[in-house]
Amino acid sequence: MRRVRRWGPGLLLVSPSIVLIAVFVYGLIGWNVKVSLSDWRTAEKTSGWAGLDAYRDLNSDPAWDESVHHILVFTGTFIVGTLFFGLLLAFLLEKGVRGEGFFRSVYIFPLAVSFIAAGVVWRWLMNPAPGDRASGLNVAFEKLGLGFLANDWYLSLDWGMAAMAMPAIWALSGYIMALYLAGFRGVPEELREAARMDGASEWRVYRHVVFPFLRPITLSALIILGHISIKVFDLIVAIGGKQLITQTPAVYMWILIYDARDYAEGAAIATLLLIGISILVIPYLVYSVRAERRA
Amino acid sequence: MPRVRFPRRRGRELRVTAARLALLCAIALLFVPAAGTAGPQASSCKLQVFSWWTGGGEAAGLTKLIKTWNRNNPSCPFKNETVAGGAGTNAKAVLAQRLAAGKPPDSFQGHAGAELRDYIKAKQVLPIDSIYRQYGFRKAMSKQLLNQITYKGHIYSVPVNIHRANVLWYNPKVLKKAGITAVPKTWSQFIAALEKAKKANVIPLSMAEQWTAKHLLETVMIATIGPTRWAALWKKGGNWSSSGVTTALNRYKTLLTYTNRDAASLTWQDAGKLVVDGKAAFNIMGDWQDGYFSGSKAGDNLALKPKVDYNWAPVPGTSGVYDWLSDSFTLPKGAPHSTAAKKWLGFLGSKKAQDQFNPVKGSIPARTDANPRLYGPYLKWALRQWKTNKLAGSLAHGVVAPNAWAADIDTALGLFLNNRDVERFQTALVNAAKKRAT
Repeated sequence: MRRVRRWGPGLLLVSPSIVLIAVFVYGLIGWNVKVSLSDWRTAEKTSGWAGLDAYRDLNSDPAWDESVHHILVFTGTFIVGTLFFGLLLAFLLEKGVRGEGFFRSVYIFPLAVSFIAAGVVWRWLMNPAPGDRASGLNVAFEKLGLGFLANDWYLSLDWGMAAMAMPAIWALSGYIMALYLAGFRGVPEELREAARMDGASEWRVYRHVVFPFLRPITLSALIILGHISIKVFDLIVAIGGKQLITQTPAVYMWILIYDARDYAEGAAIATLLLIGISILVIPYLVYSVRAERRA
Repeated sequence: MPRVRFPRRRGRELRVTAARLALLCAIALLFVPAAGTAGPQASSCKLQVFSWWTGGGEAAGLTKLIKTWNRNNPSCPFKNETVAGGAGTNAKAVLAQRLAAGKPPDSFQGHAGAELRDYIKAKQVLPIDSIYRQYGFRKAMSKQLLNQITYKGHIYSVPVNIHRANVLWYNPKVLKKAGITAVPKTWSQFIAALEKAKKANVIPLSMAEQWTAKHLLETVMIATIGPTRWAALWKKGGNWSSSGVTTALNRYKTLLTYTNRDAASLTWQDAGKLVVDGKAAFNIMGDWQDGYFSGSKAGDNLALKPKVDYNWAPVPGTSGVYDWLSDSFTLPKGAPHSTAAKKWLGFLGSKKAQDQFNPVKGSIPARTDANPRLYGPYLKWALRQWKTNKLAGSLAHGVVAPNAWAADIDTALGLFLNNRDVERFQTALVNAAKKRAT
């Protein structure tokens, strides 16, 4: 009885969470996987077993290839861009400037703007209309004499999704800046002093003392950005609507379920997205739990 | 080392706090039901009608219908369950959830034709042949229309209106400036006119996002192969690999070279506005474009003068063909108030309701006995055409292709817009037909 008294109240406290998560997260994940392996391919609900049919159909589907290609370009640009700007902003702020609080807030505010609202504004900014119908950034470039920079933005066949990543970079850089700022500030000043006393230039202090401290932060930032980017949906729909030229896996899943009523194939995409994110997140979780145990 | 024990007193305090908290929560729950039923108990009958008519002329038309219904049926007033969002994309999703949960409305809006097939196959809507008999609808609607909305011998919806998709919109001033003396009627005349527009430095044919490209595709196909072969394509064994289809796709490819390169970033209204602003010569769009051009500024329309600021003609090659689509209402299975629901459908198919709704909405009635005096210039023309034209069902608006097939065509079209490879496009269309035709 005494043992129960030790962990009883604790268990009672977390049991609602455990039950809710078991049902609404893992239970529904299981149901989703079950649907993806079923033969429910039309509006009529059927619950036969179809094995990996939906996955095979997805594999030979050119729309899926396009979606994956798009999300890879988007993810690559988004991660590199956000890490770069986040690091740059943190670097500029880390030694302390006048009005640092103000600047920090300004850079973090975009995170509070929903992707839909940001998407609508960026859709206007990235208007690809050519010539005398140009507006948004294209006409700004013209007026500044930088006309050669005007381009098709998110309609470009090769780099359209990179343009699509711009609003996402704008939104998330502040968050990464906050991560890196904490990281910079976590470097003990004595180490920097010691390096300077040994004759290192400021740049070498950064390169050999400070940046190695930021590696774990970069890793966690990569994970966070990766899983946001794989699922991206509302930004794409706000800017590009429902068209193949800007389609991503999440958008295709939406089309398959609500328009084509191909529930198994939609569930297959959901499962693949989950697996993709797990490949990123689970090793990281294992690594960080082990690191905590060691500490 | 002293063994750490959970002190008895601390445990007791925790249990008391937990008990107090539980009591508070239980009391709080007692207030929830009171908060739920704000107001008096719901009356026994409310006609729940589900649609996506939330803006402009559609909402105004619906309001008129609601007033008339409420006046004639005070025992079962109208409960308007609309969901906003372009062309019903959001509404269809919400509806799908309600139907799956077994909580259907008393009636819901759907495009007449193949789009309803998913609901029919899932047994979510009931056949309403008896309502057609009771109210004599078969005599009031064109035989061609009734044929095209009958599925396996039964009818499942009452069409309220008819829209035309194969309309060529143009700006008379732009045509004059470009030296286009006559509105093109054939394919070669069309190309010649587009060339003249190009030389005059205006966009020859304005287009918008991908669904409008599909809309353009269907008009080109109907113009090239004609309505009979078009209808045959959508039945089992339809020949998508025919040379007629190849010609149509090649013509489509040529037309695309005359469109604006930023089409995918425009809405259909943007593309129409290019024409009336003098920046484009032609636009091919359904006749809701007339509603946008001539409607009131209060409804976010352009309030232009028909035949002066803009004019129209059938898409070149489709004169005498009505590429139709229709908003219609259904009888869901398990409708909560089925007597009222059936009465609603009878009301919708009546001359009074259709002549009340359509002039405001910007479409013509599905019935053939409309009063033309109630309708504006474009609609008067459309009414005359409807009486004599041959019907071809729309692809982009749910008449000929069920949802899954339409989605396959979307994919094939999206890829074609990227790579402009006619052979691959045709192969994809052939495969889609093989997979989806029933």
